[in-house]
Formats: sequence, structure tokens, C-alpha cells
Amino acid sequence: MPGLEDLYREIILDHYRSPRNRGELVSPPAQRVEGFNPLCGDEIVVTLEVTDGTVSDIKIAGTGCSISQSSASLMSAAVKGKPVPEVRDLIRTFKGMMSIHESTLPSANGGSGDADADEISEPEAIDIDSLGELAALQGVVKFPVRIKCATLSWNTLAQGLDQSESLA
Amino acid sequence: MAELNDTGPELDVATLRKDFPLLTREVNGHPIIYLDSASSSQRPFQVLDAMRDYDETTHANVHRGVYGIAEEATRRFEAARVNVGRFIGAPNPAREIIFAKNATEGLNVVAHTWGRANLHEGDAIVLTEMEHHANIVPWQMLATERGLTIRWIPVDDEGHLVLDDLATLLVGAKLVAVTCMSNVLGTLNPVRRIAEAAHAAGAVVVADAAQSVPHLPTDVTALGVDFLAFSAHKMLGPTGIGVLWGRDEILSELPPFLGGGEMILDVRKEGFTPNDIPWRFEAGTPPITEAVGLGAAVDYLRAIGMETIRAHEISLTTYAMTSLNERFGDDIRIFGPPDPADRGGVLSFAYRDLHPHDISQILDQYGVCVRAGHHCAKPLMRRFGVNATARASLALYNDESDVDALADALSEAGAFFG
Repeated sequence: MPGLEDLYREIILDHYRSPRNRGELVSPPAQRVEGFNPLCGDEIVVTLEVTDGTVSDIKIAGTGCSISQSSASLMSAAVKGKPVPEVRDLIRTFKGMMSIHESTLPSANGGSGDADADEISEPEAIDIDSLGELAALQGVVKFPVRIKCATLSWNTLAQGLDQSESLA
Repeated sequence: MAELNDTGPELDVATLRKDFPLLTREVNGHPIIYLDSASSSQRPFQVLDAMRDYDETTHANVHRGVYGIAEEATRRFEAARVNVGRFIGAPNPAREIIFAKNATEGLNVVAHTWGRANLHEGDAIVLTEMEHHANIVPWQMLATERGLTIRWIPVDDEGHLVLDDLATLLVGAKLVAVTCMSNVLGTLNPVRRIAEAAHAAGAVVVADAAQSVPHLPTDVTALGVDFLAFSAHKMLGPTGIGVLWGRDEILSELPPFLGGGEMILDVRKEGFTPNDIPWRFEAGTPPITEAVGLGAAVDYLRAIGMETIRAHEISLTTYAMTSLNERFGDDIRIFGPPDPADRGGVLSFAYRDLHPHDISQILDQYGVCVRAGHHCAKPLMRRFGVNATARASLALYNDESDVDALADALSEAGAFFG
């Protein structure tokens, strides 16, 4: 069993205690999307504005656990001001990090998992370094039940981008 | 310690715990503190051994073969049915106990059979705000299909049903679906009173007893309901089997549930003749090993005595509520009735501003297993303005040391999040 410090990194606790970009933008004109985690009842509201192909503003509302809240906060900081294609790449990379099998992580649950690590080829190389602060969330993969907490805001954001594109 | 109404012998938890192999394991280097029996209980050797014995010595399909062990299998399966029926005071156990997959399926059987035969456009049905989704969604599905109106019995801040307007809610209602004990608040509902009022208004009563049957004496006649459903896996039995009890005179008039083998008397190209009750509702090969396990679970509970179990759980719930409130003061909010006599040992709580998911995660580091989430009762969560709660639930194999371990781990969670 991995330790709590793998899950609750300091940066995660910081974003949990002082979430960035908190609130809701006026919708319309902003896109408003709600996300639900049926497992724990967490609800998230992402409002975003896309101007000239760029996520010009984003705000996060709703309630959830430290992982879902900090992931949403980190996400908002990472995507604000970025062109949509870059944001989509980031979503893909982040979700890729969240789907890495436990046994491919160097400090994972020990034993046989590590032995197999070299043999498992990742379907798509994930550049975790490119994620910056978001990489702090990679320990979540070692706690499989919590992965959905971390990806909730990202799935909701992806929906928001789809919605905004379908209107464009 | 509160004075108990019950005079039954005290439960020897330390001895009893030895019957439960899982409770000897460790979690994250700590002895397991299992406080999630409202989700699913652990099984004693007596249940595991009975199932293994059946599998090793007797297994064959039931109601089919003429050969010896097939007959023996049928006998053990049907004996389990009668055993379970007697356990809940069924007047006619051999006919009134329907084996389903779980309480959820039992409630769905009522919606599909009684509901489809009796509920029509414009009819009203009455639910309570504290129902588990299993006693809401089947009715919502039927309401959509048939154009029914759903009325709700509200819940007050202490977690009791508000019955002041019951008579009004029941005017013209055809069905009332109510839980005997809330899986979130622990509230024990006045089911008999509701059933009497419902019957006076001409409505049929469906009780969800998944939380109550494992923890207190149950007598369907005394409750006065028409249907009652519960699951084996919450009462020391295996998963995969649950029970629907229904009144003989109502069941006898109902159409079948699923179609297939076992539920028919005759099949011709032109059509089929349904079997008698209870098999009419049990298409296909049933969970035979599981029925044997459920029977053994009933024997185990009966040998200890449901009065004794209830007395133990009132005492332990009193201890838990008192010690958690004393230790954490305003930092903890325990939902549901403040008087342990009004509730079962289900303790949903909020601790400071910690999210239940985070609480449960940290508790797990100390071997303490509690549930975190909406407990399949989202309307109730919305009623209390929360998305989720942490829930510690007590059973006959828990004692004060488990509660102390919970409190210690909760302190650690508080310290961790500062």
C-alpha cells in the first residue's frame, strides 16, 4: 500500500485549501457544463469562455474531495489563456497519466508488479514533465478508486470544449 | 452507558468474533476495524462451512432430478426458504418467500408484477425522502411508463419522517414504499403506523427491510405490510441472494416476473401456464448454494437471538454517539435521530470540513473501513444539503474498541488536513 504522501502532495493540499479560479462565469456567453461523480456524489461546474480559439477565461464551482477540487484548481490554472488545441492535448496527456497501470509506476505496490514494468509498453508515450504542477497528481493512480475524482473536472472541461465547438 | 430496555444476555463479542475469519486480517499493518456492515456484512465459518458442505456433498439442480442427491438438494433449498420465512414471521413461509438476487431485485419484482397489474395512468404512489435508490428508481421507472404521480413523505432535521400530512398524502394513493430503517440515518420508521394508515386509504405497502432484518427482530404480521424485501449479504449471508416476502393472497393473483424454466407448469406452442407461488417468480436455476448459506446465517442469528443483537447495538450506538460527540464536539455532526433507541447502528457523519472521501482514505491507513459517498440515497443527501457523508455502521461483531479506533483515526485525519 502506497503511503498517504503519494496521494496528498503539498501542492494538492495547497490547491484544495486555496482553490484558484473559483466561481462561475455568466452563462451565456460562457459555456456551462456540470460533471457528476456517481460514486461519491461530487458535483463540479465548469464555466469557460472561448475567444478566438483560446480558453480566455475559466471558473470552477461545485463541491468535492481534496483530489477532485485540487485537480480542478490545477486544471483551471493550466488551461487559462491556452489555445484550444493545446488544451485538448493537455487533457489527453493528463488522462493518459491517470490511466497508467499501477505496475508501470516505479514506486508502485512492490513485488511482481515491478518485475513486469519493463515489459509493458505504453500505448502512447506520456510526457509527464510537460504537465508541470499537474504531475503532482500522478500518485493518484496508485489509489484506483480516486482516479475518477482527479479526472472529473477534466472530462467536464472536454465536454465544455465540445459544446463550444458545436456552437461555433 | 444508557439503560437498556432489553434484558437479554450480553453479547460475548470477543468469542463471537472468532467465528469471522476475515476479522482476523490486517489492513495497512493494522488489525482490520470493519465498520461497513450496512453495505455488506462479514460471514461466519458456520455460513461458509454450510455452503462448502452443500457444494461438496449435495449439489445438483433443484426441482429437476429424480435421483437421490437432486432430491436432497431440493430439500435443502426449500428448507432454507421455510427457515428464512419463519425468521421474519411469515404466516406461510413455503409459499410466501421468493428468492431474488438481492433486496433491489425483490423490490423490482413488486414493481414489475404487482405494479404493472395494478397501477394505471393518473394513479398516485407514496415514497419517503429517505428511501434507498432501490426503493425509488423502480417506482420512477414505472411512473414514467404508466403516467403515475409520486408523492413524498418528508424528513425532518432529526431524520424522522414527517407524518403530520400522511392522511392527505394517502388520499387516492395505491401504494406506499417505505424503508424500515434508513441506510444513511439509521432511523427506525413507524412502519406499522404507516401501514395502518395506508391500508385505511386502500394502498398496498412495500417495506425495504434490508437494514432492519439483520439487526432487529422482524415480524411481517406485526409490521402489517404487504411486501418486504431484504438481502442475505447484509445479514451474515452470501451475496447473490435476497428475499421478497409477500402476502399469499396477493402473490397468488400476480403474473410471473421473468420467463423461463421453473416458473411454468406447462408450455405449449400457443402459450404457457405459470407455476404456483413462489416458483412463479423464480425463473431459471436459482442461487442454491447461496440459499443454503442464507439458511445458515439465519440459524446463526437466531442462536444468538435478535433481541440480544439489538440490545448490543443500542448499547454500542450509545457509546459511539457519546464518545464521538464528547471527543470532537462541534467538529463532528452525526446525522439522524439523537436517541439510540430510535435508530440502528448506522452513523453517518460530517467531520469538520473534510470531504468524506478524504476521511475514508485516511481511516483506511489505520485499518478502519467506513463507507464514504451518497449511500444510494441522493434525494436524502439533497434534503440535508450534503453531497456525501462518511458512514460507520455497527454490527454484532463490533465492540467499543472498534469505536475507539475510529475516533483515533478520525483525529489523525483531522491532524493531517490541519
